[in-house]
Amino acid sequence: MEKWYLMTIVVLIGLTVRWTVSLNPYSGAGKPPMFGDYEAQRHWQEITFNLPVKQWYFNSSDNNLQYWGLDYPPLTAYHSLLCAYVAKFINADWIALHTSRGYESQAHKLFMRSTVLIADLLIYIPAVVLYCCCLKEISTKKKIANVLCILLYPGLILIDYGHFQNIYNSVSLGFALWGVLGVSCDWDLLGSLAFCLAINYKQMELYHSLPFFCFLLGKCFKKGLKGKGLVLLVKLACTVVASFILCWLPFFTEREQTLQVLRRLFPVDRGLFEACLKTFLFFLFCFTFLSLLPACIKLTLQPSSKGFKFTLVSCALSFFLFSFQVHEKSILLVSLPVCLVLSDIPFMSTWFLLVSTFSMLPLLLKDELLMPSVVTTMAFFIACVTFFSIFEKTSEEELQLKSFSISVRKYLPCFTFLSRIIQYLFLISVTTMVLLTLMTVTLDPPQKLPDLFSVLVCFVSCLNFLFFLVYFNIIIMWDSQNGRNQKKIS
Amino acid sequence: MRGIPDMNQVGRKRALRSNGGAHNCGWYRQLVFGFGARGDSPQMSSHPHLATSEWTLDYPPFFAWFEYILSHVAKYFDQEMLNVHNLNYSSSRTLLFQRFSVIFTDILFVYAVHECCKCIGGKKVGKELTEKPKFILSVLLLWNFGLLIVDHIHFQYNGFLFGLMLLSIARLFQKRHMEGAFLFAVLLHFKHIYLYVAPAYGVYLLRSYCFTANKSDGSIRWNSFSFVRVISLGLVVFLVSALSLGPFLALNQLHQVFSRLFPFKRGLCHAYWAPNFWALYNGLDKVLSVIGLKLKFLDPNKIPKASMTSGLVQQFQHTVLPSVTPLATLICTLIAILPSIFCLWFKPQGPRGFLRCLILCALSSFMFGWHVHEKAILLAILPMSLLSVGKAGDASVFLILTTTGHYSLFPLLFTAPELPIKILLMLLFTIYSISSLKTLFRKEKPLFNWMETFYLLGLGPLEVCCEFVFPLTSWKLKYPFIPLLLTSVYCAVGITYAWFKLYVSVLIDPPVVKTKKQ
Repeated sequence: MEKWYLMTIVVLIGLTVRWTVSLNPYSGAGKPPMFGDYEAQRHWQEITFNLPVKQWYFNSSDNNLQYWGLDYPPLTAYHSLLCAYVAKFINADWIALHTSRGYESQAHKLFMRSTVLIADLLIYIPAVVLYCCCLKEISTKKKIANVLCILLYPGLILIDYGHFQNIYNSVSLGFALWGVLGVSCDWDLLGSLAFCLAINYKQMELYHSLPFFCFLLGKCFKKGLKGKGLVLLVKLACTVVASFILCWLPFFTEREQTLQVLRRLFPVDRGLFEACLKTFLFFLFCFTFLSLLPACIKLTLQPSSKGFKFTLVSCALSFFLFSFQVHEKSILLVSLPVCLVLSDIPFMSTWFLLVSTFSMLPLLLKDELLMPSVVTTMAFFIACVTFFSIFEKTSEEELQLKSFSISVRKYLPCFTFLSRIIQYLFLISVTTMVLLTLMTVTLDPPQKLPDLFSVLVCFVSCLNFLFFLVYFNIIIMWDSQNGRNQKKIS
Repeated sequence: MRGIPDMNQVGRKRALRSNGGAHNCGWYRQLVFGFGARGDSPQMSSHPHLATSEWTLDYPPFFAWFEYILSHVAKYFDQEMLNVHNLNYSSSRTLLFQRFSVIFTDILFVYAVHECCKCIGGKKVGKELTEKPKFILSVLLLWNFGLLIVDHIHFQYNGFLFGLMLLSIARLFQKRHMEGAFLFAVLLHFKHIYLYVAPAYGVYLLRSYCFTANKSDGSIRWNSFSFVRVISLGLVVFLVSALSLGPFLALNQLHQVFSRLFPFKRGLCHAYWAPNFWALYNGLDKVLSVIGLKLKFLDPNKIPKASMTSGLVQQFQHTVLPSVTPLATLICTLIAILPSIFCLWFKPQGPRGFLRCLILCALSSFMFGWHVHEKAILLAILPMSLLSVGKAGDASVFLILTTTGHYSLFPLLFTAPELPIKILLMLLFTIYSISSLKTLFRKEKPLFNWMETFYLLGLGPLEVCCEFVFPLTSWKLKYPFIPLLLTSVYCAVGITYAWFKLYVSVLIDPPVVKTKKQ
């Protein structure tokens, strides 16, 4: 079968699954006075359309920041403005200042869902398709299967189309993916431009900024800091500064504007400022950086596309595990890079992506998304098993742990059962997840511990994520030795 | 007073069947009646609610018993839905039960597809799994857009019934004629629409099973007639019918049952014209009446005001062309079926010939039948899938028939949330079917000529016009039925063309006596 027929079919399947999930209820449906985050999106359209730019981030009689104030960078605001223009064309009541609070109707729901689908179709899906087409050393069929599995990843679908919590995650992730694509294919300027757009869309993308920085810096060093490298460095710096200026232009006119926006984006005055808390935060910060420093240093010294992707995973995971005030959906920032390495380590990636979906279980149950999450997870799992034959790829070499186990075997000659341990761990993990899901759905928690199940889910997920953090760091650190050995041999 | 169709009324009636929750309104009401009626006593006619409700049992007795069994399972889900007084009842548990019951009964359909895939031979084009005819056939059947839409979104139990039909066809291919006959008899008593294809079964079984051998040139050998086989077939059919209709015969309600099953009081066409010959006939009538009015040949006062696309199923008259009676449609159908039956009798080509005749019977009945529902096109599409992976000519006809037939099902889903779903699913199925069959027959001449390609591509702009452009124009209030009319007539052209092409290929093909390999 010709390539583009299959690719079209795969993209259509992705779109169909997305729209089918979106036919479910959304968070905050019919729950005054604050409603849910669906209302937040609608409110932002109202604000950006009716008020001048200078008032978007400020508290005023027209713009009550306590009621879903804007707390994303300017690009989100511009996107809301664009959607507001379309909304005005269809039905001006949807964005009328003040009077449209809590507006809920079938037509409006449809409109909001459509904006998500269109944004997805324009930004995220082309990035995925192009990325998989640019993968090297795999057959066409595998590339198309890769697209299918990435598009079927349940976490992103459920959050963007089911949960409606700060939707348009696919936009920021899509931009980040364009960035990864550009930088991996040596279109550094375009890649960094795309990534700047991603950061200016949602500030969470800063989780990915360190690997980008280190990789590009490493490329500059490799080209020689006296010649081409310096030129590249300067060009990159200019691109980044220019893109930031372009996005923030209306807010650079006054210092107060810029500061206010920053205050909305990074609300550091949440929580108490006691001395012990400050110390705790300081140590947390140090710990985070310590956990990701080795990988970043390695990436700077030996920039490679593969190392870049793995470093993205490990950095984002470190930030996710050790940062302050992290939302559950931030796991999506880790899931995207893991999707990118699906073809390299299918078994571990599939496992991680299943755990990441599971970790959002309390959030999904709150929005009555049990059925869609079960169905999409099963579809994703079956797709991965069928196309990647993940259960046949559990040998040490396939798991990229060969050099690591060789090193360990120098000290412990009997260390031959690594892959078997990992398979057992997988089984335990999956069984625990299934059991916990069943328990959460069928049983009622004891009265004294009403949050028991949520806490258990968090705990189990956290254990899994710590394991993955160690695993990905091992891959990154031991990859160099393999590379060096191979160079010596050849 | 008859007037311009009251689209609000149509809308309301359809709203009862609208997406998600209430599409099953009609069908679980049957559940109610099944339980209510059966629980007390099997007296369908005397139950007072049957007269007043709009959704009443109009399928043969086996289906009623099927609903009865379902109702016994239903009480574990939600007791309330079985209350006869609870019309329009809808709850999430009801919905869950309904949807799961469809999915569960589809197991029979999956088994039938499995059996069919075993029967087809098919040439070996490539070693890849996705290029084998069996794989393509199974995808074409299991993911058939029409079946998905009708069963799982619109809600019915067609998967289960088509499973029975495909299974009986598979049994005939496997030369297990008695089983095939039995299955078909059972199927008839589940849904009497399968009477459309009964002639094919009857003639084939008589010709190829009761006459055990042929002469060397393929013609009939009269002395090989086997009485045993005839009698055993007759016995099977009789027993099944007795089981089904017996109780009602004993209660003297047979007349009532038949009047429910064959409601000839309904009009020539459904609210939305099925894309058959009568759609073209109605369209022509309308065009001629408009022309006649403009050129003052007709007197406006004499024309009945009722539009044929009214949402209510009434009887009506044509204005220019002669009106059509049920008898006329029956005669037309019989005339249309006759050539294929003769082919089956005089040039029997084994099970493959039977399959072609079956498809032609189904299509001809669709073309000329009385009050045909557009879903009936599935009766022709699903068996045709079996032929499509065999020959390039059949694949071409199949693709035209399927694409237009599936497009004609679009008006069944008319709410805005379902719009992307039906477009996406339709695109998925169409792209897959065209590309896989093209790949399968890539060594032969192209599947479509330029005319057919243009016609199929024209479906895209038609959809855009009907669903996106038209609602924004001022004509929406004045002529609200135009999208339905256009869809109907456009698809009717395609389906008529496919019917014609298939007929020609059946009549012209030389009688080849092949033994079917399994």
